[in-house]
Amino acid sequence: MATTMVKEVGSEPAQLLGPESASERTLYPYVTGTSVVALKYKDGILMAADMGASYGSTLRYKSVERMKSIGKHSLLGASGEISDFQEILHYLDELILYDNMWDDGNSLGPKEVHSYLTRVMYNRRNKFNPLWNSLVLGGVKNGQKYLGMVSMIGVNFEDNHVATGFGNHLARPILRDEWHENLSFEDGVKLLEKCMRVLLYRDRSAVNKLQIAKITEEGVTISQPYALKTFWGFSAFQNPTVGAEGSW
Amino acid sequence: MSKSAVDVPPMGGFNFDLCRRNDMLAKKGVNPPSFRKTGTTIVGIVFQDGIILGADTRATEGPIVCDKNCEKIHYMAPNIYCCGAGTAADTEAVTDMVSSQLQLHRYHTGRESRVITALTLLKKHLFNYQGYVSAALVLGGVDCTGPHLHTIYPHGSTDTLPFATMGSGSLAAMAIFESKYREGLNRDEGIKLVCEAICSGVFNDLGSGSNVDVCVITKGHKEYLRNHMLPNPRTYISSRGYTFPKKTEVLITKITPLKDKEVVIEGGDAMEE
Repeated sequence: MATTMVKEVGSEPAQLLGPESASERTLYPYVTGTSVVALKYKDGILMAADMGASYGSTLRYKSVERMKSIGKHSLLGASGEISDFQEILHYLDELILYDNMWDDGNSLGPKEVHSYLTRVMYNRRNKFNPLWNSLVLGGVKNGQKYLGMVSMIGVNFEDNHVATGFGNHLARPILRDEWHENLSFEDGVKLLEKCMRVLLYRDRSAVNKLQIAKITEEGVTISQPYALKTFWGFSAFQNPTVGAEGSW
Repeated sequence: MSKSAVDVPPMGGFNFDLCRRNDMLAKKGVNPPSFRKTGTTIVGIVFQDGIILGADTRATEGPIVCDKNCEKIHYMAPNIYCCGAGTAADTEAVTDMVSSQLQLHRYHTGRESRVITALTLLKKHLFNYQGYVSAALVLGGVDCTGPHLHTIYPHGSTDTLPFATMGSGSLAAMAIFESKYREGLNRDEGIKLVCEAICSGVFNDLGSGSNVDVCVITKGHKEYLRNHMLPNPRTYISSRGYTFPKKTEVLITKITPLKDKEVVIEGGDAMEE
């Protein structure tokens, strides 16, 4: 019966593929990074990610760089399993190395890298061994700005502003409202900071130490880590239960 | 049929006897019918003179929109209103019940109802049912002690907040509040902020949609602005109207009127038995 077969696959995936591959597949993520938010602005792409990596519910690592430059034209930000992110960087290193070895004056642009990552993620997912990441790929080549996203199951798309994880629920609404073409650098950074601040307030795995990366035709700059200012001074927070004794 | 030797007195609350049967049926592929939820965005803020509550107007039954323009801001007392998210029947029933209890309490005490009274009554009821009454509420009102805004979760916990959002669109609405709320907003700014937050839920969340309802409560005065904003009008209506192709021809028309039925009562009174 169809229903019983579906049940089998769901509860005992290891046995279907044979005992030798049971221990080598990603079943759960362990050390995870939270959201990455990125948008296109006048001169290129701006991307922001905090520097926290959680081990379950502990904020284990607080200085993890989750954005890296790829080749000359791209910037990659990742959320999800950090070890899988490092593996992806290894694959991309190899890809860029081979590209450089051609020495033909052409280099892989963001669209090509995005396509490569989509294929890698989708094929891994087909083998039931996903790379547990949501990747944001941004870059500028020959004046063309490109910003795309790949999820761990291989869903990919290109847009003017993207976010991963919680950023989808909290940052995307703000970006949809307030993004427009030809944002200046300062406006772009302000908008990103607005999104990161809401994420800091409302995402439990966010840390108040973030980096903003910018990629333009000239190249990649990743800022030094810094903290956002937060406001906790609402009068309702000072004495929340005045007039409602016994509640909290 | 009681299996135990001693008769167990009837217990209050829910009866979970059929849960095992339901599990067994679900395993065989027979799922219970989905219930009407309000997959929702509801918000509330405290502004300078009182409270502003806002809600969208879409009610969903799984993936289908079953009501395009339902009312999610429920009346509790002349000075207290409550927005409800979760199962539509639960929010309606619970707010109706507490509204009646508040009315009786007003008759008993001769005073205006307080928001914490409504809060405590709702909290008690929801906790008693251990989260099975799936009602997530944003309760707001102005009483003699000032303006109050509370959120109540289905399991019975409550929060007292300056701005609150609940429902499936709560994250989209909260993003707007966290970036734009400040203390001491005046009435127009408050309404604008509430509308923005609901619109954020309407456009970014699939469970919320259609129109925006707003309710402004101040000391001694309340304004229920039903369908304050209609950001989803029906745009593609054909101006020519719809013509249907000609169906089967009518050959003859014969109308036979129905005869009046005459009732003969055989002996005895008409009202007997």
